[in-house]
Amino acid sequence: MSPAPTPRLETVAMDALMVRLFSRIDEANMPWTLAADSALRERFGAALIDLVPSYTTLLIHYDVTRLTHAEARALALAALDGLEPAAASTAREHVIPVWYDPSVGPELETIAARLEISPQEVIRRHCARDYCAFALGFAPGYAFMGLVEETLATPRLETPRQRVPAGSVGIAERQTAIYPMRSPGGWNILGRTAVKLFDRDREEISLFRPGDRVRFEAIDRATFIDQGGDVTPMEER
Amino acid sequence: MAGSNNTAGLQASAQQTAEQQTGAHMAQETAGGALVVIQAGPQALVQDQGRFGVRHLGVTQGGALDWVSLGWANWLLGNAPTAAGLEVAVGGLTLEAQSRLTLALAGADLSARLDDTPIAPYTHFVIEAGQQLVFERPRHGLRAYLALPGGIAATPVMGSLASVMREQLGGLDGQGRALAKGDRLVARHAECRTRRLDTPPDPVAAGAPLALVTGAQIAHFDGSSLFDAFNQAWQVDSRADRMGVRLTGPVLRCRLGGMISEGIPLGAVQVPPDGQPIVLLNDRQTVGGYPRLGALSPLACARLAQCQPGDSVRFAAVTPQRARRDYLAQLARWQ
Repeated sequence: MSPAPTPRLETVAMDALMVRLFSRIDEANMPWTLAADSALRERFGAALIDLVPSYTTLLIHYDVTRLTHAEARALALAALDGLEPAAASTAREHVIPVWYDPSVGPELETIAARLEISPQEVIRRHCARDYCAFALGFAPGYAFMGLVEETLATPRLETPRQRVPAGSVGIAERQTAIYPMRSPGGWNILGRTAVKLFDRDREEISLFRPGDRVRFEAIDRATFIDQGGDVTPMEER
Repeated sequence: MAGSNNTAGLQASAQQTAEQQTGAHMAQETAGGALVVIQAGPQALVQDQGRFGVRHLGVTQGGALDWVSLGWANWLLGNAPTAAGLEVAVGGLTLEAQSRLTLALAGADLSARLDDTPIAPYTHFVIEAGQQLVFERPRHGLRAYLALPGGIAATPVMGSLASVMREQLGGLDGQGRALAKGDRLVARHAECRTRRLDTPPDPVAAGAPLALVTGAQIAHFDGSSLFDAFNQAWQVDSRADRMGVRLTGPVLRCRLGGMISEGIPLGAVQVPPDGQPIVLLNDRQTVGGYPRLGALSPLACARLAQCQPGDSVRFAAVTPQRARRDYLAQLARWQ
């Protein structure tokens, strides 16, 4: 766990403050970020419009019809005073079955070729560890997760794809993510999952929340189809 | 705490209104009049004041870019400021009434006419069954807002009717798409209590500077860049949409390169490595990693959304206190 942070509070807009907790990305930040998240939610109550945790920060969007700038600052400082890290046991855990295959994950082979290892070894390394959902963004339900093993770190594609299918599992630098819906994207795609990440009709709209723990599990084509997966190959760029 | 009893917050009350709306929709679907889309134009979207409480799940804010003009259109019909209306960008839209109803128009002048009669923004008017409301092309400003009695009836998604095409959320069918030929806009109420506006505001207010609340990262921009940012004119680029508006002008230099991604507020003025700022608006991505000069006030965002490519704008640094005072004054006009 990271040492207790000294939170800094910055003005970022008429109705928003940034809580800056850390200066670098580290999974060990998360217990503190989650603790700050609950403390701020509790302290602001109905005056909180949105709270967006990310790798090292939390963005507080508050209701200016209820709070002045000074009142919002005072509430934030009070919430962050004497923060205790959230217990590791409070993190939610997910196992995501993925069909790793070049037809739906073209960069499986390019990464294997660059490292001079087999695609199976790329899969093994991607499945070997638990990832932390640092932040959600880019699209509803899209979680930025990490950190992937250093050898797998791969820069984004020089030319992003126009259409990355829903369920595509990708890597960019030392992060990994799943596209919840079809969208443009520049991440290196390794495979596809049938798991629905974002479903407005489900009580838990987004499967992932900041701070969740995620592990990938390789499945074969038949299992992927059984789970309702779409085997349509990735389009040529 | 200041002002908690006398001014209803648009954002805090959005969720509640949306919930009431679901019930109202069921009960009154046949009560209100309806308009059918004859020609859709480049972009007409159902919008309210936005979707809140779900940004930590990657869901953007959405909502009317010029929320002030939507507020006025609603005010003219006696609607709550949070009621959903139609955001008409550029023009090219033709609607036909299936039954008699009262409508109100605010925001840009898109050469609107009721059959052959010109309709000025900031007025309400009656459309009879079979009459057509046509938006041709922008004469002043870029986005017009049309209000229906009680707002547009539809089922909210996550508390809001805001249409976000990229996220496939909101609007008439919940999928966030723009209006298409054959779509029906149904009013939630059959009746409304119209109001008149004696001195219509100018949604563009050309020449007036855009209020910018400066952020902490401003210290990382070099001195001459900061001088330029607030003393030179910026041109609105054609690369502008509901996610953001690019501005071109002097190159701004920042000592921070890429940053670790963090939450982005409405109106954030981010400066990518090319030194040309992008003002992030309602449909922005929820996190990002470019340094920011600060964020435009919500009132300034509304005015920027009415600027056409090539228009010239300026920034004026304001304190959050000043921006809040102006914002609350606008809300108070609708009380």
